[in-house]
Amino acid sequence: MSRLDVENLWVRFPTRQGVFDAVRGVSFSLERERLGIVGESGSGKSMTGRAILRLIRPPGIVEADRISLEGRNLLQASEPQMRDVRGRQISMIMQDPKFSLNPVIRVGEQIMEAYLMRARTSRAEARKTTLEMLEAVSISDPERVMRAYPHEISGGMGQRVMIAMMLIAGPRILIADEPTSALDVSVQRQVLDIMDSLVKKRGMGLIFISHDLNLVSEFCDRVLIMYFGRIVEVCDADRLHEAKHPYTRGLLNSLPRLDRPRKHLQTLTRDPSWKDMPSVTGVR
Amino acid sequence: MSLIEIRNLDVWFGDGLGRVNAVRAANFSVAAGESFGLVGESGSGKSTILRALTGLAPTWSGRIVVDGVPLRGKSRSRAFFKMVQMVFQDPYASLHPRHSVDRVLSETLFLHGFKDIDARVSKLLNDVGLDARFRFRHPHQLSGGKRQRVAIARALAGEPDILLLDEPTSALDVSIQAEILNLLTDLQNEHGLTYLMVSHDLPVIGHMCDRLAVMKDGEIVEVMGVDRLRKRQATHPYSQLLLAASVR
Repeated sequence: MSRLDVENLWVRFPTRQGVFDAVRGVSFSLERERLGIVGESGSGKSMTGRAILRLIRPPGIVEADRISLEGRNLLQASEPQMRDVRGRQISMIMQDPKFSLNPVIRVGEQIMEAYLMRARTSRAEARKTTLEMLEAVSISDPERVMRAYPHEISGGMGQRVMIAMMLIAGPRILIADEPTSALDVSVQRQVLDIMDSLVKKRGMGLIFISHDLNLVSEFCDRVLIMYFGRIVEVCDADRLHEAKHPYTRGLLNSLPRLDRPRKHLQTLTRDPSWKDMPSVTGVR
Repeated sequence: MSLIEIRNLDVWFGDGLGRVNAVRAANFSVAAGESFGLVGESGSGKSTILRALTGLAPTWSGRIVVDGVPLRGKSRSRAFFKMVQMVFQDPYASLHPRHSVDRVLSETLFLHGFKDIDARVSKLLNDVGLDARFRFRHPHQLSGGKRQRVAIARALAGEPDILLLDEPTSALDVSIQAEILNLLTDLQNEHGLTYLMVSHDLPVIGHMCDRLAVMKDGEIVEVMGVDRLRKRQATHPYSQLLLAASVR
């Protein structure tokens, strides 16, 4: 039994032109590892992450043969039970801290709220834990940041606050949806290092959703490459550059490289048959 | 002679205690037909230089000379806009949502004083590799890459000599980025354009530009040729840090 099992997951959106399938029968498992999901916009990578936490709003439809968290079937969980899963069992970090934090509530209050919802404890205790958590994400003056409003902190710090908030209840699985795309390269590295050490220390499973192939190959253990709602290839992250599927190859080759100057970049010619190829399983 | 010359440029916002010095004592020049890159992290002042050049950031001092004509304050002549055009970062925000591609381009051509608008719209679409069937679509009916092509067509409408490119591909997927960068390379060869390009992505700048300036906290810390960038021979510690963080 793995930590998380997803079997034949579909995400559908009924539209006027018929039903649109955003995710088309994806299966994968997650152990105590860092699993990357890469793909372009519209490939269904974010929808996969959201579907696990049942964050897809109607009229969107989520169907699966199985989504199980350490043997417990999440598909049969009621909404109150799901609320219990979110945060305490599985947490999700979204792309942009600006849109994920409440702009009119102080940062500290928001993190404490996340903690108090999950743990029955006093406010003083929650405050102490929050300060420790902010320190754990390398915020040097946690007292000041506790009192700050979201607009008073930088993007990099905002993302670290989000990480603190998502990890404070000690989840078993962390889903990070483009957690560093809005950040500068140097800050990106810092945030990734913090996430990495916390994931290792606490033995969490991590699903890392990103469009950045280089980042994923460096940061993750295993990578799923998604195209049109299906997994087209699964490979070990450090061997991503030896990927076989023409889509993965095309993505890798279209990146400009400092060490290989060329007049024109290689462009990706999409073969219509890729859409209809069966999904590769990401089960270990 | 250089086409763009910037000497001792300071740009600031606000005054008194609230004054923010966004750009401090910037110096560089761009030769005709050259591609010059500005790199740095958010808040380093790279886009602000483009904004000062186009008159969108009115509070600046120093010298900006474009094709031998010194600029003043925030007013720019018609001749300036015919010569210099800008492509913005976000193709979702830079096109009017309720204007069709045809209207966006015709209106621009009309403002530039052209008469043969219909023929020119077709030619512009052709130049940026857009099929004629996209002519009467609205922005929401186009993908991000196609929208950016429309934005580039709009910039080319007045037959400019200089294109200011403000992170033209950072909102796009890598495969689409490759297509847009190739388009920009081809357009430069066909029309003899001069590019001043802002990006936070060193490999993109390395691919497109001949020379580049590295910016940090409003100052240019280093100007170098692309060869030195490729050989990773940056001298300033900050440029080395950027290189280390962005090349894997």
